[in-house]
Amino acid sequence: MLCCLISKTGGEVKIGGYDVGNDGDSLKIRKMIGLVPDNVGLYDELSAYENLDFYGRLYECAQPQRQENIERFLRMMGLWDEKDQPVAEFSKGMKQKIALARALAHNPDLLFFDEPTANLDPESAKAVRDLIVELKQQGKTIFLNTHNLDEAQRICDRVGIINTRLLAVNTPAQLKNSVWGSRTVIQLEQVNDRILAAIRNLQPKSLAAEGNTVFVDVADPLKENPEVVRAIVSAGGGVQFITERSPDLEETYLRIVRGTK
Amino acid sequence: MRLSKAWIVAAKDFRIFMQKKSIIYSIAGFELFISIGLPLIIKYANTRKNGFPVSVLPGLINSFSFWFVIGAAMLPMSMASYSLIGEKIQKSLEPLLASPITDDEILAGKAFSAFIPAIATNFIGALIFMLLVDKITYNKLTYLYFPNWNIAVTLLLLAPLVSVLSIGVNVLISSRFNDIRATQQMGALILLPLGGIYVLSEMRVISLSVSNLLIMAAVLTVVDIAVFSLVKTTFQREEILTRWK
Repeated sequence: MLCCLISKTGGEVKIGGYDVGNDGDSLKIRKMIGLVPDNVGLYDELSAYENLDFYGRLYECAQPQRQENIERFLRMMGLWDEKDQPVAEFSKGMKQKIALARALAHNPDLLFFDEPTANLDPESAKAVRDLIVELKQQGKTIFLNTHNLDEAQRICDRVGIINTRLLAVNTPAQLKNSVWGSRTVIQLEQVNDRILAAIRNLQPKSLAAEGNTVFVDVADPLKENPEVVRAIVSAGGGVQFITERSPDLEETYLRIVRGTK
Repeated sequence: MRLSKAWIVAAKDFRIFMQKKSIIYSIAGFELFISIGLPLIIKYANTRKNGFPVSVLPGLINSFSFWFVIGAAMLPMSMASYSLIGEKIQKSLEPLLASPITDDEILAGKAFSAFIPAIATNFIGALIFMLLVDKITYNKLTYLYFPNWNIAVTLLLLAPLVSVLSIGVNVLISSRFNDIRATQQMGALILLPLGGIYVLSEMRVISLSVSNLLIMAAVLTVVDIAVFSLVKTTFQREEILTRWK
């Protein structure tokens, strides 16, 4: 929809000042966009260079600039030496890199990546993630569609969780915080009712114990955690470790998605 | 519509065709058959006892000339189906449609890439055919049979109109199939009426005179307009992405 491929169903979107949904603006919008679709969609019979050159022409990239960009991105992807080989001979990872180069060759401001690291070996996936971070630092706006939540947590500034509709959107840290609150994990020498009662007196948002570990949710950890520790000590408890529980984005995702079912 | 964009698509498709040996061999084989094979049949028949009566010869040559109309339907068929089904199989339509090119420009590019090589090879084949037929029949007819209005209408009017129809029909079929062979088999249905006309002309039931060829061209023009208005509604970005199989 944002790539002006299908009609919008509602709402209002502007990209670079142009109205998504207005037929007159769609060509200008598409020119500003680089897309890496789920299926790379390269022409197997053409070489890597010919594939990029074809799209460079469609995006009206002038010849010297086009040649320079193609060489730059093929070198960046480590595929310059294979530039004249038919894409049919490439591995999935190499094709994915060509698709990325294709999306970047006309220097777009807005990029849509649909699972760009799927099918890639760990080294290539890291190279792609590094490239996305570099593009982000250059000021490009990037929409990354991924099921790899570790990847999203590492490289995205804002994460939207979609399950047939947009369920939540925020920074990874705030998203986790909004679901889990700030949970403090305290490892004690021994847990007993007296210690638990002392903590309960501080009226935390929640309190749970598992073995000798106590989980405490407080509204303001910086202010309340010292009080919790003092209460434990004054109740005769011995604190071995204290740490903040940090659930990952995957757990957060599951909590949000399951919570809406 | 920017023709430059359509040319970019057509040039890309043409580059791909050049690597499909099966397409090149089938086109070359067909053209060799009609441009050299058919005159050789006339030559062979003439060398036999009595040969063809002079009165039969023009009708036979006109019927043979109609093969260039059949060729104009057959040749773009394989190209058009490879061009669209190939894009579907390789899933390359999505990035193509996401680029700054209109649906009409893509469609025109696809049409050019099928139409131009087909018509060009047809013309070359027809030139060879005419030269050979003139050489073979000159002694018997005592005049050069080609060029004449009949072949002019066949090559310049009827063949292009049939090519356009073949491309349009193939685009429509390609929207419903994912298999090149199935598309070509379905597309081959348009050869049936053309084959029928050829057979009827050989049987002397109809004459492929200039006036009859012009009537066929008029009918084809109407059919082409109808088919292409259907193609335009089928070849819509959203339709391709959401409804094409």
